[in-house]
Amino acid sequence: MAALRVLVAKVGLDGHDRGVKVVARLLRDAGIEVIYTGLFQTPETVAAAAVDEDVDVIGLSMLSGAHMTLAPLVVQAVRARGADIPVVLGGIVPNQDVEELHAAGIAAVLGPGAPADEVVRTITTAARGERRHQGV
Amino acid sequence: MSTGNNGRVSNPREQWQQAFEESRLRGDGFQTMSGIPLEPVYGPADGEFPGVYPYTRGPYASMYRSKLWTMRMFAGFGTALDTNLRFKEIIKAGGDGLSTAFDMPTLLGLDSDDPMALGEVGRCGVAIDTLADMRDLFADIDLGNITTSMTINSPAAVLLAMFVAQAETAGVPRARLGGTLQNDILKEYQAQKEFVFPPRQSMRLVRDTVAFTANEMPRWHSISISGYHIREAGSTAAEELAFTLGNGFAYVELARQAGLPVDSFAPRLSFFFNAHIDFFEEIAKYRAARRIWARWMKERYGATNERSMQLRFHTQTAGVSLTAQQPEVNLIRTAIEALAGVLGGTQSLHTNSMDEALALPTEKAARLALRTQQVIAYETNVAHVADPLGGSHFVEALTDEMERRAEEIFARIDEMGRGSMLEGCITGIEENWFQGRIADSAYELERAFNRGERTIVGVNRFLEGNEEDNLDILKITNEDERKQRERLSGVKSERNEPAVVDALDRLAKDAVDPEVNLMPALIDASLAYATVGELMNTMAGVFGRHVEVPTI
Repeated sequence: MAALRVLVAKVGLDGHDRGVKVVARLLRDAGIEVIYTGLFQTPETVAAAAVDEDVDVIGLSMLSGAHMTLAPLVVQAVRARGADIPVVLGGIVPNQDVEELHAAGIAAVLGPGAPADEVVRTITTAARGERRHQGV
Repeated sequence: MSTGNNGRVSNPREQWQQAFEESRLRGDGFQTMSGIPLEPVYGPADGEFPGVYPYTRGPYASMYRSKLWTMRMFAGFGTALDTNLRFKEIIKAGGDGLSTAFDMPTLLGLDSDDPMALGEVGRCGVAIDTLADMRDLFADIDLGNITTSMTINSPAAVLLAMFVAQAETAGVPRARLGGTLQNDILKEYQAQKEFVFPPRQSMRLVRDTVAFTANEMPRWHSISISGYHIREAGSTAAEELAFTLGNGFAYVELARQAGLPVDSFAPRLSFFFNAHIDFFEEIAKYRAARRIWARWMKERYGATNERSMQLRFHTQTAGVSLTAQQPEVNLIRTAIEALAGVLGGTQSLHTNSMDEALALPTEKAARLALRTQQVIAYETNVAHVADPLGGSHFVEALTDEMERRAEEIFARIDEMGRGSMLEGCITGIEENWFQGRIADSAYELERAFNRGERTIVGVNRFLEGNEEDNLDILKITNEDERKQRERLSGVKSERNEPAVVDALDRLAKDAVDPEVNLMPALIDASLAYATVGELMNTMAGVFGRHVEVPTI
C-alpha cells in the first residue's frame, strides 16, 4: 500500500505555526508523506492544493478561534471541487464546538495535548473514511 | 569598582547603599510574618548588588521596596466598546496598567471588512479600524494618568499614530503619554509570524517610531523586545534569551545608524520575557539577561547613562504550559511561573487565566489570574528582599551557564552579519536560521513528551478528573464582526473623502524617501479617519509584502 499523503494547512490570519510544524514532523516520522501550505491560506487555496496534490487527508491547525467560520468553509471548498477528502482539525477547539464541527463535515477534532500516536491514529482513521468522535 | 563621593574606591555594597538611600520607599519595617527584620538585600560586600553594574541582581537598588511590579493584565476582545468595559473593570479591580490585545486583522494591518478578516474580527483581541475605534477604546480613561501597552508590531507605527491622535483630541499632549509599543518586528519573522512588509522596510518603520518617541514622547517605551513569542513558538530558555537580546542589539545598531546617540533612546527600550514552568531556569534567564545587556551596552555600544544599561522587563506566564485538561490546574502552574518572574525581578507581570487553552478568558478567570499576583505581592512577603536567590550556588551557576549559551548564539549571529548584529538578525531571518532552530527545539520537547520523559499533569499522567472538565468559557459570536463592519462603513461614509486621499498621497510620497520619518504623515492621516488597512496598503504599495517560504 502506498504511503498516506497529508496536506497540513494554516487558514486565515493565525500565525501560530508551532503546532502545525510539530504535527508535520510527527506524521513524517510515522512514514506519512506531508505537504505544508505555509501561512495565510484561504479555504479555496487549501482545497485547490489538496485536490492538485491528490492527498488522502487535510489537516487544519487553528488557534485563533476562527475555526467555526473557516473550517466548514474548507470542507465546502473541497466538496465544491467534487472531492471528498476528509478534513481533520487541530488546535484550540473547545469541546462545546466539536458536535457542530462534525455536523459541518469535519472528520475529527484533535484538542491540545494530543499525543503523537493519537494524532497518527486519527489521521489514518480519517483516511479510511471512518468518522471518529474525538473530543478535547 | 568605582569612585565614591569622597574620592576613594567604594565596594559594590557601598555603591548599593548610596543608591538605596537615595531611593524613595513604599514603606518601612519590612519583616517576616513572625517579626524578624529583613535587610533590603543580602550578600558579601564585594559581590554583585542590585542597582549596581552589571545589574544581575536587579536594575534598581531598592527593587520592590520602592514599587511593586505593575500588574499589567492583557485584555482585548470584540469591539472597542467591549474592551473599554474590560479596561475599566481591570482599573477597578486594582490593575494599574492597561495592555491592549488587538485582533488578528488589526495585527496584520487589515480592515474588518477585508475578505481575509472573515471569522477573525474581534476574536483574539479588539478590532481597530479607525480613530473612531481608538476613541471608543479609551473612552473615560485618562491616558495621562495610566500607562498603556499596545501589543502591535507590523502596524505599530500606525496604531501609535492613532493613539497619539486620540489622546491629543482628548486634550492629553503626546509628551504626557506613558506606555509601551511592542514594535518588535524581528521576532515576528522568527516566531510569531505576523509580518506584512519585508524585514528591511519594516525596520525603517521601527527606526521612525524610535526617533519620533525619543524626540517627542519622553515617557514612551518605543520597543518591547520580546522573547515571549520566541519561547511560545518552541525555543529553549537559552534561545529565548539570546534571540531576544540579539534582536535588542540589532535595534540599538539601527537607531545608531539613524544618527541617534545610544543614550538618547536606549533608556526607553524594554524587554518582555516568558515565565515558563522550569522555575530556576527562568530565574537564571532573567538574571543573565540583565548582566549581558549591561555589559554589551557599555562595552560594545558605548552607553554611559546607567539607564541604558539597566534591563527592565515585563513577564507573562507561559501560554503553552496551560492545558485544556483539568484547566483549574493551570491556576497552580501560573502561580509558580509568576513567582519565578517576581523572584527574577520583573517590572511588570501578566498572569494567564486558567481557561486560555480553551478560549479567551472569562471575566472570572481573568480576575483569578490577577488575584494570583496579589497573593504573591501582599501575602507572601517575597518582595521584601531584592534578588532573594542571588548567592545560591545553584542559581549563580545556572545564571553563568545561561550567559555562556547566549554568548555562543551571539557569536553565531555576529558571524552571519559579518560583525553587525543588525545584519546578522536580518540574514538569520532571510535564511530561516532562527525559524529552523525554534522548530527543532519545539520538536525535541514534543518528542520528550511522547517518550514519556516529560510529565504534563492531566495530559500524560494523573488523568483522573479529566472527564469532569466543564468550565464556562467566553463565547465570541460573529455578531461582533457584523457590528464592527457596520461601524467601519459608518465612519467611512461620514469622513471627508478628499482629505483621506490627500493624506494617503502624502504618506506614499514620504514612504518613497527613506530619510523621511513617517510618523507625522501617519498622525495626520489618522486624524482624517484613514483606516488601518488603507494606511498599510499605501505603504505596501511602496515597500512590498513579505512572503515566508514554508518549511517543516
